[in-house]
Amino acid sequence: MQLTFYALFAPFIAALFAPMLVRMFNHNAGWILAVVPALLFFHYTGFLPEIAGGGRVTGGVEWIPSFNVNFSWFIDGLSLTFALLITGIGTLIILYAAGYMKGHPQQGRFLSFMLMFMGAMQGLVLSDSFLMFFVFWELTSITSFLLIGFNHDKERSRRAAMQALVVTGLGGLSLLAGLIVIWNITGVSEISLLLGTGDTLRESPYYLAAFLLILGGAFTKSAQFPLHFWLPNAMEAPTPVSAYLHSATMVKAGVFLLMRMNPVMGDTVLWETVLPLFGGVTLLVGTWLAVRQTDLKLMLAYTTVASLGLLVMLTGFGTDKAIEGAVLYLIAHSLFKGCLFMVAGNVDHEAGTRDVTKLGGLMAAMPITFGAALLAALSMGGLPPFVGFLAKEEIYYGIAAADGWSMFITAVAIVGNALMLVIGFAVALKPFLGAKVETPKAAHEAPLLMFAGPLVLAVLGLVGGLLSGAFHKFFSSPMASAVAGTPLKIEISVVPHLGLALTLSLVTVALGVAMYWAMAWLRGRMANLLEAIGWGPDIGFDQFMQSLVKGAAALTRKIQTGSMETYVTIVFVALLVSLFGGLYKADEWPQIPEFPRLFVYEWAVILICVIGLFSVIIAKNRLTAIVSLGIQGFGVALLFMLMGAPDLAFTQFMVETLSVVILALVMTRLRLLPQDHRSNYQIVQDGLISLGVATALTLILLGVVQTEFDPTLTEFFNAYSYTIAHGKNIVNVILVDFRGVDTFGEIAVVMVSGLAILALIRIMPRKTNPDLPRSENTEEII
Amino acid sequence: MEVAIVILTGVFFLVSIYLILSRHIIRVLLGVAMLGNGVNLTIFTGGRITREIPPIIGNNASVPLEGIANPLPQALVLTAIVIAFSFFAFLLVLVFRTYQELGTDDTAEMRDAEPKGEASPPLGY
Repeated sequence: MQLTFYALFAPFIAALFAPMLVRMFNHNAGWILAVVPALLFFHYTGFLPEIAGGGRVTGGVEWIPSFNVNFSWFIDGLSLTFALLITGIGTLIILYAAGYMKGHPQQGRFLSFMLMFMGAMQGLVLSDSFLMFFVFWELTSITSFLLIGFNHDKERSRRAAMQALVVTGLGGLSLLAGLIVIWNITGVSEISLLLGTGDTLRESPYYLAAFLLILGGAFTKSAQFPLHFWLPNAMEAPTPVSAYLHSATMVKAGVFLLMRMNPVMGDTVLWETVLPLFGGVTLLVGTWLAVRQTDLKLMLAYTTVASLGLLVMLTGFGTDKAIEGAVLYLIAHSLFKGCLFMVAGNVDHEAGTRDVTKLGGLMAAMPITFGAALLAALSMGGLPPFVGFLAKEEIYYGIAAADGWSMFITAVAIVGNALMLVIGFAVALKPFLGAKVETPKAAHEAPLLMFAGPLVLAVLGLVGGLLSGAFHKFFSSPMASAVAGTPLKIEISVVPHLGLALTLSLVTVALGVAMYWAMAWLRGRMANLLEAIGWGPDIGFDQFMQSLVKGAAALTRKIQTGSMETYVTIVFVALLVSLFGGLYKADEWPQIPEFPRLFVYEWAVILICVIGLFSVIIAKNRLTAIVSLGIQGFGVALLFMLMGAPDLAFTQFMVETLSVVILALVMTRLRLLPQDHRSNYQIVQDGLISLGVATALTLILLGVVQTEFDPTLTEFFNAYSYTIAHGKNIVNVILVDFRGVDTFGEIAVVMVSGLAILALIRIMPRKTNPDLPRSENTEEII
Repeated sequence: MEVAIVILTGVFFLVSIYLILSRHIIRVLLGVAMLGNGVNLTIFTGGRITREIPPIIGNNASVPLEGIANPLPQALVLTAIVIAFSFFAFLLVLVFRTYQELGTDDTAEMRDAEPKGEASPPLGY
């Protein structure tokens, strides 16, 4: 068995042991647990040379062979880079979480959820089969739900968790439908095979359906406008969750999906219009909303939304350079955004607040955290010599062109990037520089566990930029090749090249710095604007959920009125419709029968039955009703007698006698009103319903007796009753011999109802109601 | 002959369904008891009807005579009568206990499980 197979399960197994380890070693368990993602990281680095050489690795085991479903994985440039990001950042995050949640009573549970998420995310990017991909996709939604709602005693957390689950869960269903459509179009259910299908998908008449459904999955997961609102709310989660799930990994799953599908679905007018449009709008909305915020985490969250928009925009733009820019930016973003979130967490943890207006001058108290923040912010702002700079240059190379559409997109990118720089500086500089501001806690440097993560990520952002040759060789070029579907070689380095891209970069930086100084003013304008609009998708979500609950309650009240009369009426009307519908559909109406010729005594018995039946209805008091019930019962018994069924007749006599006696005994204990509760209208309605059902049943039975009789079974029993079973009463032989087990079942039914009766009788009345009619003086009522 | 029994069966259904549709729980119970008879007659008639000769093998014979009644529906109906009776007994006790607990025989007033004017479900999270 290949090692990757175990790698896919390793985080889940670690999650199983996390609570136990935390109980034994407290927060130091983080050091042990972090070994798992670290080992996975090293396992995946082993693939680097092969993938950098243009190779692809697939493997797997049969899962459900009868449905042709495999448990298979597929590693190329795209999935390998993602896997390295997930396990690499995951290692740092586990350490960070151990420090951040130190002393929390549920730290074990927290680390367990984090590891589960890691396993789900790792599975998602490595899956080859569609089914596995979908299962892991949904698992990330579920673990994200658990993590966002981790502080489940707060209503805001519960709401955020529910919101994330509803939005991404619906997206997951859309994805499943999309994958099934793709499966039907191409006939393959594995990603590695799908990538080899060429233009099949693009030329299919169902391309639009597949496109929209896949987009539904990607846009919800990657928080594209107008479905972006769940991501900022997800900041209710503890900071390690925000740093890991909602910036570096999970929210990029949607982008991952689009990048995965790009070689087979991209390069169409639809793809290259819809993706840049939504991505661009998301970029602008995200950055402008970020300016509005004062909470460090929320500022970062909105820039994450914006960055996802940028990535979607670039993925759909259609040029190779744009894809290279997207790939570089994705890696850079994971590094600096993960770092900045952890920085925000450190500030919150050590200074006691995340409100940027209440922070300042922390540089002296938290020098290492500040260092990490500064490096990350420079990368986020796209300044040399960081990876962020490479990404931004490549983006401008990719999208700047003379036609109107490109100029529009370029303008969007410039504004977005400038605002990104503003936010990056606001988060990284504002709390640390300037005069010392009094904070709720006396700030001091965070412990090793908590500054290791941000520092490593920030330094990696610098190293990647400096050693761009190796960085491209092993990470960005293979990934870009996988996204484009053709081999690409990225060559951008930190050495500035004079030209359009550099000019645009300078414009961006200048614009960003200008806006940084005007930030307070911008924030005020934004707040006024949002107030003027007054409604947003976040409020819309509440309205949607509330109308769902109200609608469900109203519907329930409508169809479950609590009135048994209504239920029974519906049942019989449904029966009426289906019986007549069946007769009409099959067109098997019975023929009009001849008038039956019966002996007088037979007519008499039938008449007795009819009289008994109708006297029950018109009976003025209970006793008459009971006696009438007995009359129809005895009438049936007589009929059995006349028609050659003495066994039935005897049983019927006995049962009817018992029924009448017991009923009479019980009735004397009840004080019942003799009148029918029904109004005249209801009498007519009920009468018509029962007449209809009875007519239908009569017609069917008439049809049955008019068909030819198949005597096979009867002849069998007649022939073998004596010769095999040695009994002369054939009915008895059938009951106790041929169908003995049935009779045993019948006895069991009788026994069970006897037990139920016993139970009912032995439960004492739960309350003594003084108004309850007593059994005295019942004679006069009966 | 069969036609007459078929129509009688129809009358059984008519009356019993009319009673079951009532709000009066004792009448519902009586209706259920009669419905059992109606169903038994249906099974019996479905196996065709002959007059008077029971399905019993005579002395010194190993197979019955021609023209005896069909034994198969009789076996089925025999089982059904017994089960209908135990069902009836259970329902009777249930009705009795319900009346003791709730003090009413009107199904419209038995609203312990689905009370009127139930509060709306909470809208929060």
